[in-house]
Amino acid sequence: MWDYTDKVKEHFLHPKNAGAMEDADAVGEVGSLACGDALKLYLKVDENERIVEASFQTFGCASAIASSSALTELIKGKTLEEAKAISNKDIADFLGGLPRQKMHCSVMGREALDAAIDNYKGISRPKEELEGEILCHCFGVTEEKIRQAIMENNLTTVEDVTSFTKAGGGCGECLEDIGELLDKVRAEMKKRPPVEKQPAGLSNVQRMQLVMKTLEDEIRPSLKQDGGNIELVDIIAKKVLVRLQGTCSHCPASKATLKGFVEAKLREQVEPDIQVEEVVS
Amino acid sequence: MNKVIYMDNNATTRVAPQVIREMLPVLETWYGNPSSMHGFGGAVGKRLDQARKQVADLLQADPGEIVFTSGGTESDNTAILAALASQPHKRHIVTTRVEHPAVLSLVKDLEERGYTVTWLGVDRKGHLNPDAVRKAVRKDTAIVSVMAANNETGVLFPIDKIAAITREKDVLLHTDAVQIMGKLPFSVQDIPVDFLSLSSHKIHGPKGVGALYVRKGVRFKPFIIGGHQEHGRRAGTENIPGIVGLGKACQLAARHLDEETIRVGKLRDRLEEGLLSSIDHSQLNGDQNNRLPNTTSIAFEFVEGEAILLLMNELGICASSGSACTSGSLEPSHVLRAMGIPFTYAHGSIRFSLSRYTTDQEVDTVIRELPPIIARLRELSPFC
Ligand code: FES
Repeated sequence: MWDYTDKVKEHFLHPKNAGAMEDADAVGEVGSLACGDALKLYLKVDENERIVEASFQTFGCASAIASSSALTELIKGKTLEEAKAISNKDIADFLGGLPRQKMHCSVMGREALDAAIDNYKGISRPKEELEGEILCHCFGVTEEKIRQAIMENNLTTVEDVTSFTKAGGGCGECLEDIGELLDKVRAEMKKRPPVEKQPAGLSNVQRMQLVMKTLEDEIRPSLKQDGGNIELVDIIAKKVLVRLQGTCSHCPASKATLKGFVEAKLREQVEPDIQVEEVVS
Repeated sequence: MNKVIYMDNNATTRVAPQVIREMLPVLETWYGNPSSMHGFGGAVGKRLDQARKQVADLLQADPGEIVFTSGGTESDNTAILAALASQPHKRHIVTTRVEHPAVLSLVKDLEERGYTVTWLGVDRKGHLNPDAVRKAVRKDTAIVSVMAANNETGVLFPIDKIAAITREKDVLLHTDAVQIMGKLPFSVQDIPVDFLSLSSHKIHGPKGVGALYVRKGVRFKPFIIGGHQEHGRRAGTENIPGIVGLGKACQLAARHLDEETIRVGKLRDRLEEGLLSSIDHSQLNGDQNNRLPNTTSIAFEFVEGEAILLLMNELGICASSGSACTSGSLEPSHVLRAMGIPFTYAHGSIRFSLSRYTTDQEVDTVIRELPPIIARLRELSPFC
């Protein structure tokens, strides 16, 4: 029934930093009883904006409690600036992963952190203004929140959106809207591939995916404009073997195309030391 | 894990030892096919006949009215689809919002495919008003499908009154009797339903087998086609071990009916009172009187069901929660929602369902262990 990791169970059965904090410098509150989960995060912050203490109170399922516990562990000792960089994925990773349907628990943690930081900075945000329209009324989820979840976690299905944000998990009336928003955001993401520089070594699979994506989205379209095309033959370590087709294959400038354009693009998008070689059949 | 305290009998039950004993010979020795021409297969056919009689007896039906299926879900699907197929000009269905998904999802699907559906609601106590059925039935109503007892709250539906209405209006009536079987008597002589679904693994029989009662004279079209078995009403070589087990389970159920109602009912009441009196902000979901003797659904405010279940699980206590949180959908159960239970309670609802194997000591343990679990979670909760 539960495919929780041992780490989730551990943090659920013996949560760290549980309980209210009397003299907190900042409090962040998200969720509600009606939604089925809620989290109240308390922070103690020193003069250098470093989080010296963190505690939580959570109403929710096992993974909500574990995520809250993980969050407090992750942010203790960090500056507010550093803490801001923590994503819901980091929370889930800290726990050795969460079942997909439970990812919204980690999202809730991230939101509580945002709310607490805002609270510390004295920003009281008028919700609608900042976050836009509510799309799912059952759970009070805004369009902006869904958009963020889609982009940060690269969600591809409406089910995913429900798993991560809860939107759509109630009456289901908003499912169609979520579908539309998903299509829209994905289209935008395609246009503007995230400039995700991943310096610390890609795995083979990651490299392969990134190379294919870059070829597909960036390189092939512009070759095609010139009546050419490119075929991926193999990837061996950091060597990308390709075959040029169409006009490119006998174009005298093909060498320049290969090095100056294809390799440059891959170096920019994938890894700085990628090499491209042409296979001549 | 320590010893299991199993209070999730509306989900599934322990197979009775007598049932297993009955099944073993047909697995080990009598593996023949009842459709075969030789005596070896024929001997198995005798066991099939015996099981059919045992099931029929529990319902006071005729053995010829029993069709074996793969379980409650298939029985539900078969009944509704058979009613539609045999009356193609009728395109209206009446059912309730609190049915088991085997009915609910099928009817939703049919609605999408163009059938008209009247969805009946229930009141705060989980009751269904039979007059609502009277109002809903139309000339083109093909079938009324209403469960006999609700799986989450145990609340009973007035099938007798509904049957009187459908009789009068000459409309087919199906009842999903999966939960009432073996817990309270149900006779098709007294309550003239046309179809009735039952499931083996809810009455201490094996999983993967069930039965559909089809009243004699009711037109029927098979759901599963491809063989002459079950008099052409359900194709496929019979699940003999399962069917033999179901037969025995029905026989035992009939024998234990009194005990189930009285002894189990008392245990349940004691459990319920023990928990409600020792835990603040807790309440019973559904009517206290008009329900199955083995079921109680209790809501604990300010805490969430899955967390309770997981902490109980640490102690070997098995129950189930009133929210579908674990299945990916986050809404509280459709049953509690249909009853208008506030979300704040619904999220923390736990169902305990007892059986004839439940002991006094087990009830004591739960009464002792649950309050600290709720207290522990409430300590974590920002709302307390
Ligand atoms: S409005 Fe989103 S699930 Fe009901």
